[in-house]
Amino acid sequence: MAYQFDFAPVFDNADLLLSGAGFTLALTAVGAVFGIGLGILGAICRAWKLAPFDRIFGVYVEVIRNTPFLVQLFFIFFGLPSLGVKMTEWQAAVLAMVINLGAYSTEIIRAGIQATPRGQIEAAESLALTRSQIFRHVVLRPALAKVWPALTSQVIIVMLGSAVCSQIATEELTFAANFIQSRNFRAFETYFVTTAIYFAMALLIRQLLIQVGQGYVVGRAR
Amino acid sequence: MFVQFTTWDIVRNLLDAGKWTLALSLIAFVLGGIVGLAILFARISKNRALQAFTKGYIEVFQGTPLLMQLFIVFFGLSLLGIDVSPWLAAAAGLTLFTSAYLAEIWRGCVEAVPKGQWEASSSLALSYAQQMRHVILPQALRIAVAPTVGFSVQVVKGTAVTSIIGFAELTKTGSMLANATFQPFMVFGLVAAGYFALCYPLSLYAKSLERKFHVAR
Repeated sequence: MAYQFDFAPVFDNADLLLSGAGFTLALTAVGAVFGIGLGILGAICRAWKLAPFDRIFGVYVEVIRNTPFLVQLFFIFFGLPSLGVKMTEWQAAVLAMVINLGAYSTEIIRAGIQATPRGQIEAAESLALTRSQIFRHVVLRPALAKVWPALTSQVIIVMLGSAVCSQIATEELTFAANFIQSRNFRAFETYFVTTAIYFAMALLIRQLLIQVGQGYVVGRAR
Repeated sequence: MFVQFTTWDIVRNLLDAGKWTLALSLIAFVLGGIVGLAILFARISKNRALQAFTKGYIEVFQGTPLLMQLFIVFFGLSLLGIDVSPWLAAAAGLTLFTSAYLAEIWRGCVEAVPKGQWEASSSLALSYAQQMRHVILPQALRIAVAPTVGFSVQVVKGTAVTSIIGFAELTKTGSMLANATFQPFMVFGLVAAGYFALCYPLSLYAKSLERKFHVAR
């Protein structure tokens, strides 16, 4: 085999890769905050059977979980403009990530809420806590604490999935990689380094969310 | 030369492309299952080096985007002098991806078999292979059915990403049709419906299996 590996042309473009990685992280952060927010809303509607929203969220969850993220992205970016809804690449990417994560986290958080023993709510009622106090301290916090590891994994899956956003020209990490390899023709080296960056970001996000979970979610719930 | 597409033309082309999605999913699932089984045995073996290697294997595939895995297979194999068609790269990439996830799912199932079963079977003087074959795997298999069917949905959805390396399955055909017909809303709606038709029955089946095994326990 005569192929000579040469990583220099890739590292010459380190700034492009870094800004791409930053964009991916920003997309993920916004997607995670709003996606989990949507998931909490959906989980409440589903767990307490608030008609008609429980049905609406039920259909939404099944549709999103049984179709590929890439198709959802294409539908939003190419399909919706024909209804007069126009948006930029990054808006479409964020929207797709929020909608995707929202569906998964609805199911994850619902499982956590439904795992709250009935007696805990009755105990809280007997302590004369208001409905919103009960919801915040007795239902939601412990539920989030229980499912935090699953939510963490789902956020990472969404971050990795965002690689396909390069297809609608969102300038994230994969877009930067495609750009670099189209200039230097070092495809293998470029994608190898890019993959390593994704791997590092997955580890970083996991550590970060574990810390956040222990600091704000699990910690105070005890 | 312009071709007018009727709605039926679009549907017919998508159905045709759906066959490739289905074929690729089946190949990835079957080959991924076989490779995954090998990874599983290495992962739960007593050999430290094998354990470490397979742990790393699973972490790498679970910690990097499927798209990057496909790119690396696509461009990596061609560096080795192998002429890669998108079809080969798609099948190889998805097989590796599937094997890592299935190995990890199945490891959980093997570990879910109570410790006492290992102890009881070793007190009956069964060898490691006998323990595996007669005591552990039959029980692990029961636990594994529901999550394995559930994961098949991820494999079907994963095939969509192979459109990016030029494999003409459902999503790729959808993109081409959307460009040709200027009706992206309908085309991608139909594409999504196609995936839903493939995945939803699998999801329902996984759910019913899960319920069945929970009741049985």
